[in-house]
Amino acid sequence: MRLLALCAIPLATALVVFAAPAFRGRRVPVALLFVVACAHLALVTSLWVVPPLPTLGGWLAADPLGLTVLTLTSVLFVVTAIYIVGYLRHEAPRSGRVFAGGLLAFLAAASVVALAHHLAMLWVGMEATTLSVAPLVFLRRDRRSLEATWKYLVVSSVGIALALLGTFFLASAQGQGGGDMGRPLLLPDLIAHARELHPAWLRAAFLFLLVGFGTKMGLAPMHTWKPDTYGEAPSLVSGLMSGALTSCAFLGVARVTEVVAAAGLGSFAQPVLIAFGLLSLAVAATFVIGQRDVKRLLAYSSVEHMGLLVLGLGLGGVGAYGSMLHLVNNGLAKGWMFLVAGNIALATGAATAGNRGLIRTLPASATLLVLGLFAVTGSPPFGMFVSEFTILRAAFDGGHPWIAATILMALAVIFVGMAALVLGMVLGEPPAPTGRDPGAVAVRESRWLVAGPVALAAIVLMLGFYIPGPLRDVLTRAAMALGGTGP
Amino acid sequence: MTAEALIALGLLGITAPAVPGIAVKTKSFLTGRRGPPVLQLYADLAKLIRKGRVYSRTTTPIFRAGPVIALASLIVAALFLPLDGREAPARFAGDLVAFAGLLALARFALVLAGLDTGSSFEGLGASREVTIASFAEPTMFLCFVALVLAAGDLSLSGMFGAPLAAAWPHAGASLSLVGVSLFVLLLAENSRVPVDDPATHLELTMIHEVIVLDHGGPDLALILYGGALKLTLFGVLVVSVLVPRAGLSGLAALALLFAGLGVVALAVGVVESVMARVRLVRVPQLLVGAAALALVATILQLR
Amino acid sequence: MRDAAQIVLLLVVLSDLAILGTSRLSSCIRGLAAQGFLLGLLPVLIAPQLSVHAVSLALGTVIVKAVALPWFLSWAIREAAVRREIEPIVGFIASQLLGALAVALAFAIASRLPLPALQQPLLVPVSLATLIIGFIVLTTRRKALVQVVGYLILENGIYLFGLTQTESVPFLLELGVLLDIFVGVFIMGIVVFHINREFDSLDATRLTELSD
Repeated sequence: MRLLALCAIPLATALVVFAAPAFRGRRVPVALLFVVACAHLALVTSLWVVPPLPTLGGWLAADPLGLTVLTLTSVLFVVTAIYIVGYLRHEAPRSGRVFAGGLLAFLAAASVVALAHHLAMLWVGMEATTLSVAPLVFLRRDRRSLEATWKYLVVSSVGIALALLGTFFLASAQGQGGGDMGRPLLLPDLIAHARELHPAWLRAAFLFLLVGFGTKMGLAPMHTWKPDTYGEAPSLVSGLMSGALTSCAFLGVARVTEVVAAAGLGSFAQPVLIAFGLLSLAVAATFVIGQRDVKRLLAYSSVEHMGLLVLGLGLGGVGAYGSMLHLVNNGLAKGWMFLVAGNIALATGAATAGNRGLIRTLPASATLLVLGLFAVTGSPPFGMFVSEFTILRAAFDGGHPWIAATILMALAVIFVGMAALVLGMVLGEPPAPTGRDPGAVAVRESRWLVAGPVALAAIVLMLGFYIPGPLRDVLTRAAMALGGTGP
Repeated sequence: MTAEALIALGLLGITAPAVPGIAVKTKSFLTGRRGPPVLQLYADLAKLIRKGRVYSRTTTPIFRAGPVIALASLIVAALFLPLDGREAPARFAGDLVAFAGLLALARFALVLAGLDTGSSFEGLGASREVTIASFAEPTMFLCFVALVLAAGDLSLSGMFGAPLAAAWPHAGASLSLVGVSLFVLLLAENSRVPVDDPATHLELTMIHEVIVLDHGGPDLALILYGGALKLTLFGVLVVSVLVPRAGLSGLAALALLFAGLGVVALAVGVVESVMARVRLVRVPQLLVGAAALALVATILQLR
Repeated sequence: MRDAAQIVLLLVVLSDLAILGTSRLSSCIRGLAAQGFLLGLLPVLIAPQLSVHAVSLALGTVIVKAVALPWFLSWAIREAAVRREIEPIVGFIASQLLGALAVALAFAIASRLPLPALQQPLLVPVSLATLIIGFIVLTTRRKALVQVVGYLILENGIYLFGLTQTESVPFLLELGVLLDIFVGVFIMGIVVFHINREFDSLDATRLTELSD
């Protein structure tokens, strides 16, 4: 019942916002967004306390993997809802209905993806997340965002279409396996009968699903939409996309990896995953150097982290746990960084290298930006350090010292590239005030805009020192389902 | 070389000028005119044969030989077609190449005669005609390949005769595609819309008509008759592929053939009134499309 | 029923090649509508017996793919001044030859796939051929609208493949898939409309401002 409510409440609210005449005009129903976000978070918390039973004939269920992604999405959504209060004081989207409706539809779709155990339903939810975010990318209606939306739509749609084909291949694998295969495309049945699935179809399904969902994740070489989209969308939308949407896409990859691991085809899947991961790291490292726009920089950082996630999956052993922990850390840290970039953009017009001396004009945001730099590049004491270290450990344990060396080199290059831009923006002399009221700049750092990133930063910091028991337990169980081990 | 086969060939020769007549009449009818009578070409031929000959001093014997060689090749080519749906007057394995070669010889003779005049209009028409032919020939061979695969016989009698009729039940789809492709070829090789407009009077837009611009009198009669015969031959190809007649008696098969030719002429008339002529640069595209159809038909046979 | 389905599948291949060869935008959309109608006929022709699932799927497909989407795409380009595709990156003639090659490739791959003796052996090759041709149209054309048409042809190919698995995907989810595709093209159409407004042309190769 709760699972159904998690999906239905945001969806119903989205439909009401789109259809009801009371919501015409430019006003965004912020209170409504906030209420739905809190209700969603409350329901998700209750799932941790009292584990739910599968509903809809097993189509919806909350297993450790799904629960992690769901919680991440919910937390990010609440933080975004708080941020919107401050955001709307300075910028108003052209259509409040589309803005709020799109966000709510995204929440509903992400919940469906997280909770779906019928793989076709997972696909429907995934496509819905793509589509619900597209109008949000296009919010500013100018040339650049139009171009970004077009590229995003075309590349994502092709990727999702390939994922659909992969899903059909999986159904073929079940159909061709011979004997009773259980209910078609239902995850528990797939895993239970994994060894009897037709291996050729299963391998083809894995490849297509990896490429398809990998496009949504932003793995190289299917990442081409990411810099443009994250760069042109409003920052809070980019934060949600890089935190929640990519995690949902990772969930799709993880589900098929579960089946493949259970079928004993790990030796086929792992090299492919490692290859994609290393390629993503290389691409990220190459393009981070010389970036002038913080949001595009963060997009390439997102490519890097998606590569790390997939690497952890591919390395196996404790790497699966590392990936799960990294999923949580990355989602929170990206949300934090994008919101801060949004603050800078609101204050100065654009979060690009043209800004200097932000430590004086926007002290809170600048501090958060620098701390975020350290967090996102995996420096201690933040949580990312722990998860990246775990993945490195998996590389050494598995006898892949060269992979570990490559990872370290890529991380170092990315740190230097990001630091160059961020520190250049934060330090130095601020440009002379151009006649604008100097007091106005300080006002833009309202507590609404800063509270969200601060909260996320606190969580990421805490995860660097201490991982709460229930979280560790859930992450371990998820890792084991993926064919790995606990910490 | 049975008597029946020769009689069938003779009948075909006699009725050939009626085929373009039906096409023109259909087109006129569909565009709201009464149009010339169906047997107009006979009257034209009769008038032209009675005329005298005038030859330019810049031409050579090639100019005089052109129409004769063209018509002769077409008549010899007709010998290879199984008109009664079973057997042709002449056959040997691989005579499909001879058939294509004879058609090409006819075209070559006319083109050469046109170039012989030294006039720029004929040169323009000649180059266009040969360009279109360079796309049409591979398409024809692709159609033949599909038919060979279907019928399992390397001679035209086999490809269009009894073995093809036997192949229809299981190769019907690919044979329909070949039929469509052959119809497009018919339009291209006989200078019909959408490749070339036979009714145009602007030399710069003509392809086939401009090559024969300087011929007159009996030569023009030979050329006009040859054109009608070529249209009829292609019509026989289309009808033989789409309507297998091997099981019928000689007379019934012939009757069906002539009825089919009438339908093909009707179809040509309809196409001419419905479509406009395409730009010259698009003609290769059209023929490649027909080739693609033939290729798909071949692929369907191969699996 | 078997022969009827075979004819319909062949017509689908013909529609693929037709869309590949045409340069007029309205012909592309009409070809797509024809293809959608053919695809809608297939569930009823393929099903061993007429079931509610098959009929409703057929109806849904026809409504979405043959009526709603083409109508919407025509709406999206109603303000477009140019109605013809410029010479694509590969060239029209080369595209048609590629299309024929795609059909050959599809048949070759399909003969190697381990599949049960399907009622309709042409289904998998035609689905793969449609998929590859959709990809060709999507990647080699310059006009944004034709790229959307290519995407829809790709989806049609995947839909054809899905018809081999009618038991595993319940009707509700098929409906979900159709709805998703509809909304997707809806949003794409709106973006195409705005592209035309903003750039005064449907040429997607002009979208080059963002780059690294």
